Amino acid sequence: MENNIIHYCNIKNNEVFLDGKKLYSGQDGDQFLDFIKGVYKNFELNYPKFYKMDPLCKLAITASSILLDGIDQDIDPDMGLLLSNKSSCYDVDVKHQDSISQGEESYASPANFVYTLPNIALGEISIKYKLRSENSFFIFEGFNPEFMIDYANSMTKLRKSSSVLCGWIEVKENVYNAFMFLVKPEAGLAFTKENLLNLIE
Amino acid sequence: MEELKTELKEKIIEALNLEDMSVEDINDTDMLFEEGLGLDSIDALELIIILDKDYGIKLTDSKDGKKIFQSIETMAQYITEHRTK
Amino acid sequence: MNLPQNIIPVYVANGNCVTPMGLNLLDNVQGILDGRTAIEQVKDENLQKEPFYGAVINKDWLENAYSKLEYNGDFSTLEKMMLLALEDIVKTYSDHLDDKCGIIFSSTKGNIEALTQDNKEAYFLHYLAKKISKAIGIPSEPIVLSNACVSGIMAISVAKRLIQTGIYNHMIVVGGDLFSKFVFSGFQSFQAISSQPCKPYDKARDGITLGEAAASIFVTQNRDLISSESYYEVIGDSSINDANHISGPSRTGEGLFQSIRNAMQEAKVKSPEIDCISSHGTATNFNDEMEAQAFNRVALETIPVFSLKAIYGHTLGAAGLLETVISLNFADKNLIPPSLGYKDHGLTLPLNINNEIQKKEINTVLKTASGFGGSNTAVLFKKCKSDGK
Repeated sequence: MENNIIHYCNIKNNEVFLDGKKLYSGQDGDQFLDFIKGVYKNFELNYPKFYKMDPLCKLAITASSILLDGIDQDIDPDMGLLLSNKSSCYDVDVKHQDSISQGEESYASPANFVYTLPNIALGEISIKYKLRSENSFFIFEGFNPEFMIDYANSMTKLRKSSSVLCGWIEVKENVYNAFMFLVKPEAGLAFTKENLLNLIE
Repeated sequence: MEELKTELKEKIIEALNLEDMSVEDINDTDMLFEEGLGLDSIDALELIIILDKDYGIKLTDSKDGKKIFQSIETMAQYITEHRTK
Repeated sequence: MNLPQNIIPVYVANGNCVTPMGLNLLDNVQGILDGRTAIEQVKDENLQKEPFYGAVINKDWLENAYSKLEYNGDFSTLEKMMLLALEDIVKTYSDHLDDKCGIIFSSTKGNIEALTQDNKEAYFLHYLAKKISKAIGIPSEPIVLSNACVSGIMAISVAKRLIQTGIYNHMIVVGGDLFSKFVFSGFQSFQAISSQPCKPYDKARDGITLGEAAASIFVTQNRDLISSESYYEVIGDSSINDANHISGPSRTGEGLFQSIRNAMQEAKVKSPEIDCISSHGTATNFNDEMEAQAFNRVALETIPVFSLKAIYGHTLGAAGLLETVISLNFADKNLIPPSLGYKDHGLTLPLNINNEIQKKEINTVLKTASGFGGSNTAVLFKKCKSDGK
């Protein structure tokens, strides 16, 4: 059987949706970090490590938690993770770069540096959900539905994973958009470019 | 010494992003790592930077950190004895 | 889990690399045969007051080699390194760079120095990828894989999968990362930079040495296209996360163990059939010990293993690809490269560290890597001969 989209979660424009249903709205004019903290509290994610994370990991852990905790379905222990974005981990990269550009007063922060790789977001999700599974992080100019379909399908066809949690997790200087979706070879919404483009809108 | 302890608690909360905590939540003798505040190896490195940046103490062997970073009490003690700024 | 049936074989050929040791594969292999290392003492007060060890490309040398290529436009140091690494593939397969030929870039920090400039466009990895794809004439959308220190070897695995499921006929894999203040200062804050050239698996190891490099390889399902005498089939691959810690490796080597086990199952290869292991071997205390745990758990402790980090330093997103290219070229010659810097065994478990060049018939090579984010990758390669097919 071909993969279908089983569930999906969107976080954008100060709002959170699960399977198209609005679950949360932030305060008007919230900056990203205030908004995402509000989401974290509202959904009672209760994961203090959240506060230590860079913006990319905060967005990724929030979106994946809302999706995985909010659905009535067991998580496959070999569920693969396939994330992508445009700006890598830009905000924390800038922070680290600033900290080392202060001449004599330069002190790199280990707590920042450890987040200066986009795939740390995969590590955080894997740790929270104890997923010893396939994961990879890709960078494109914009959301690339063709690639997500091609690669997620190759992971299940080649039996690397029995389901794949896919996502576009983009955040840069207060502009953000998270679209996470679970695909699996069972009944669901067709895993097509048209559907993906509709769902991310 | 009391002033230094409060200062350390503030710095730790800020540098380690312990947003849910306040100075009152940390006792002077609480274990900072493992079952205490639950800090990890990256946090330990961050504490080494605080020693260097704010008190002019350079720790080259991270094993020394184990003893020094046991609690706010032991940190304050060590800083008082070794600070250069 | 049942293995899938009727999967088409995928091959790699025409590896190349650009490193401080040499700007093409031949010079690199000769350098290693001569017992050289690319690591030397570097004086750069912008990075550290005291001199330190690193593997840094001589930029005049690079400019000189690059000036012989005929590309128009303004390219960064890293982009020039990648274009040089790609030259042989671009020439050899010029008739096949069509829309069924994909390209994957592996890099962790790309043009990271762009963050210090007013125009930060070059920071974005897709920007670098598009620029290079356009320069060499690849029509398909470039794919960038940024998965910490496993990126380079994982890119070969991604290429294999996309070819096996019919998305592309061929893929070019190119990887690169620079020696940057950004990364150096970060590892310094981790107290993870070695005070001497790094010593993988040795008792006296005390951290990593950083390097810079670009590397490339051609991945295809069509073995008839391959002109070189030896080439390799990618017979198994897996990348399993530790789910343990974002910067420290798993103490039990769980993710690496599972990755190797999965790759061996797919390849239907048993431990004694593996002729050598090109490992990650960063020379941090925890990484090397973790690898020893994982290799022992799959009964590979007697198989010759080598880390190339004491020759090239840690080249981050290029490392897995560079080390594959070097290891396969040595395998062509039935030689195992030396794991420099190893004298006294510094692991709690046995491993057969190959610290001198050794002659051995090599048919099956295991390449592994592990990195931040808990990532691990294992890929198995099997030698093919153009005469026997």
